[in-house]
Amino acid sequence: MKLFHIKGGVNLKGRKEMTSGKDVILDLPMPDLLHIPVQQHIGTPAGPLVEVGDYVLKGQLIADGMGFVSAPIHAPASGTILRIGEYPVAHPSGLPVMTITLEPDGLDEWIELPKPLDPETASSKEIAERVSKAGIVGMGGATFPSAIKLNLGDQYDLDMLVINGAECEPYLTCDDRLMRERPETTVKGISVIMKALDISKALVAIEKNKPGAFQAMEKAAVDYDNITIVDVPARYPMGSEKHLVQALTGRETPAAGLTAELGVVVHNVATAFAVYGAVYHGRPLISRVVTVSGGAINNPANYYVLVGTPVSCLIEASGGYKEKPARLLMGGPMMGQPILNNVVPIVKGSSGVIALSSAEIEERKAMPCIRCGGCVAVCPCGLVPLEMAARIGHDDLEGASKIGLKDCVGCGSCSYICPAHIPLVQYFNYAKGSLKAQDARKKKQEKTKILVDSKNLRKEEIKRARKEKLAKQKADAVKAKQDQEVKNTKDTL
Amino acid sequence: MSFTSNMSGPYLRENSSVSRIMLLVMAALVPVTAYGFYLFGWPAIILFCVTLGSAVFFEVICLLLAKRSVLKFSLDGSGILTAWLLALSLPPWAPWWIAVLGSGIAIIIAKQIFGGLGQNVFNPAMVARVALLISFPLEMTHFIQPVPFLSESAPSFIDSLTIIFGGGDFDAVSSASLLDFIKTEVGQGATLDQIMAGHYQPGNWLLGNSVSSMGEGSALLIITGGIALMFLRVTSWYIPVSTLISITLFATVFNMMDGARYPDAMVHLLSGATMLGAFFIATDPVTSPVTPKGQIIFGAGLGALVFIIRTWAAYPEGMAFAILLMNAMTPLIDRYVRPRIFGRTRKGEPIDIQEKS
Repeated sequence: MKLFHIKGGVNLKGRKEMTSGKDVILDLPMPDLLHIPVQQHIGTPAGPLVEVGDYVLKGQLIADGMGFVSAPIHAPASGTILRIGEYPVAHPSGLPVMTITLEPDGLDEWIELPKPLDPETASSKEIAERVSKAGIVGMGGATFPSAIKLNLGDQYDLDMLVINGAECEPYLTCDDRLMRERPETTVKGISVIMKALDISKALVAIEKNKPGAFQAMEKAAVDYDNITIVDVPARYPMGSEKHLVQALTGRETPAAGLTAELGVVVHNVATAFAVYGAVYHGRPLISRVVTVSGGAINNPANYYVLVGTPVSCLIEASGGYKEKPARLLMGGPMMGQPILNNVVPIVKGSSGVIALSSAEIEERKAMPCIRCGGCVAVCPCGLVPLEMAARIGHDDLEGASKIGLKDCVGCGSCSYICPAHIPLVQYFNYAKGSLKAQDARKKKQEKTKILVDSKNLRKEEIKRARKEKLAKQKADAVKAKQDQEVKNTKDTL
Repeated sequence: MSFTSNMSGPYLRENSSVSRIMLLVMAALVPVTAYGFYLFGWPAIILFCVTLGSAVFFEVICLLLAKRSVLKFSLDGSGILTAWLLALSLPPWAPWWIAVLGSGIAIIIAKQIFGGLGQNVFNPAMVARVALLISFPLEMTHFIQPVPFLSESAPSFIDSLTIIFGGGDFDAVSSASLLDFIKTEVGQGATLDQIMAGHYQPGNWLLGNSVSSMGEGSALLIITGGIALMFLRVTSWYIPVSTLISITLFATVFNMMDGARYPDAMVHLLSGATMLGAFFIATDPVTSPVTPKGQIIFGAGLGALVFIIRTWAAYPEGMAFAILLMNAMTPLIDRYVRPRIFGRTRKGEPIDIQEKS
């Protein structure tokens, strides 16, 4: 298939060979405790439905989606709710999140699952409803509730589904292994998504560094005329949604817009697998494939992991550390989040746990920018990172915003190649965060102002009404008097 | 177990650094420098060492005064590279104080006062060269015929020390550079045919066996080094190629209009500082634009200015002046020449959705 040029990007060393040749390990020992955050998705946190001491079955709904952009949470195992409270998660803020702690009883007893849907006869709405109830979110890391994306056909004229199997982050092989070991079910999931979206064409994009996955998927999709497997160049950040769509279709998504405006919907390959489980077996999303890798890990491998499993369990299962890791990450080394404490749990969007050795990260002191322009050349968004960083360095966040800070996808290509080792992404994240906070403050002030204004208006209104009433009473009295006088005169006459 | 740093990713880096870039540029300069040493002998070597040594000295003093890390910044290679380029642009037998003064101007005034590495607006080596040329026109245009090592006229080491430090006369055949010669003679009404007879040996210039600064002679070696840097992705082709094309266009058009007054493109390309300037000095990242388009504009402007200054201004050589003028244009170019942001038009508005194909 003809592919289109995308700007910038970097050629990364894949470093996937540590885990790409090994089967996913399915029998990870059951952890003593599962910590299940009620927010594992973008949007409003789910509302807990259980109380401490409750006994729950595997797959039971324990927290329900709240509002439009939200997702329900299910018990990953049968057992007792031990605690509901704040618990650390893998988030750069290090702030704790409301979490349900479950003590598994080891029986792994399933709740009665909803009946399988027949994708041939089920309507789009039914499929979307099922996916929504199963708590499925984008599993590539963005964790946007998938059901909302299955309803995009209501608003947009869609004609293509793109399944993102690029997996452009180094080290990660969870999608690779999934496509190699479960290609048929994944393809079925893709087919269901197409049905839900009423789209007749799907492209599955796989980077060229995964020939095994490509072959397996191609074989599995051989009977599906409308699903094409495409090998895309292994060039970071190929897995970035808008860039992948551009590479496949040549079409560019407008700034701050959705690919749906172009008629394209993108889902991650692991999401398609989860959709299969929900539709064909009624299974909620309670587990996923996670890559445990990095130079500091003794036996890197992929695991089929229950949501809520502490990272420490995965490290232990992988034979522990070879050396003290210089960085422990949730997700890939380019865009992943640092894990500050290895008790944090695996969540729906966790694609990997990567422990990097100090030799791998080659941390060096930052030098002044020599304006080499390397960051400009690799930026896939057409930005001038060095200038944005300079403006942020002078606390000119508005200025940085004017030259495109908000268009930055945070892929980190600029920091990766910077010969002066300037932590550009750190600058951008700082500025994005500060601007967001400023925005929130401004909005709050505006809201307060509106409230105050309307209160004043109300007061004025009351005053005016009272004045009018008084005036009217006065006028009435005068009129009554006049009437009386007229009457009196008439009477006299 | 817990970790304290929560610095944003990425947590991997390409194996590159500022000092690696500087080292590679220096490595690319080794052939032309060595050839310069061969042509001009011990005095050139001594002058080179004096330039580099004094540059390091000035840099350390400045860093100490500014209370910045001496080790980190004196070893980044940028100061040495500046001095290296300055040395290559000096007359090979210039007196020692020219070298020391030049290094001082480059490092103290043009670099450290602006804030050190990465902060200077103008290329330090070119600031020094222009300052020296204006202040000491005699010493800065005192070129000599090559006296290769092992040739009879090559001075001994001791003689060389006298040449550089003694300030005495030296008996090498001094001579004007070709551009200087053309300028003077054309000014006196001679035609190029008369001037060039006996001087025009393009083969020699290509190899560098000609009257020139220490490292500006051999176009061939400079081009080789420059292209090697492009392959190593230290520099890109935008500035050198656009500069050379621009010079060629101007020179060819004027040469065609009046061949007796305006030398052809080859003379411009192969003489003076054209090649060294285009491949090694104009490509200085700190003082040139950051976008490919901006770099092409920079190179085109540079080529035009080189031709204009050489042809109509008072000085026979225009590269240094032209580079400084274009350095001054760099912030302006960077302000107006930006890449188009993904999903936006050039004006910054979100793009219209393209018609579905």
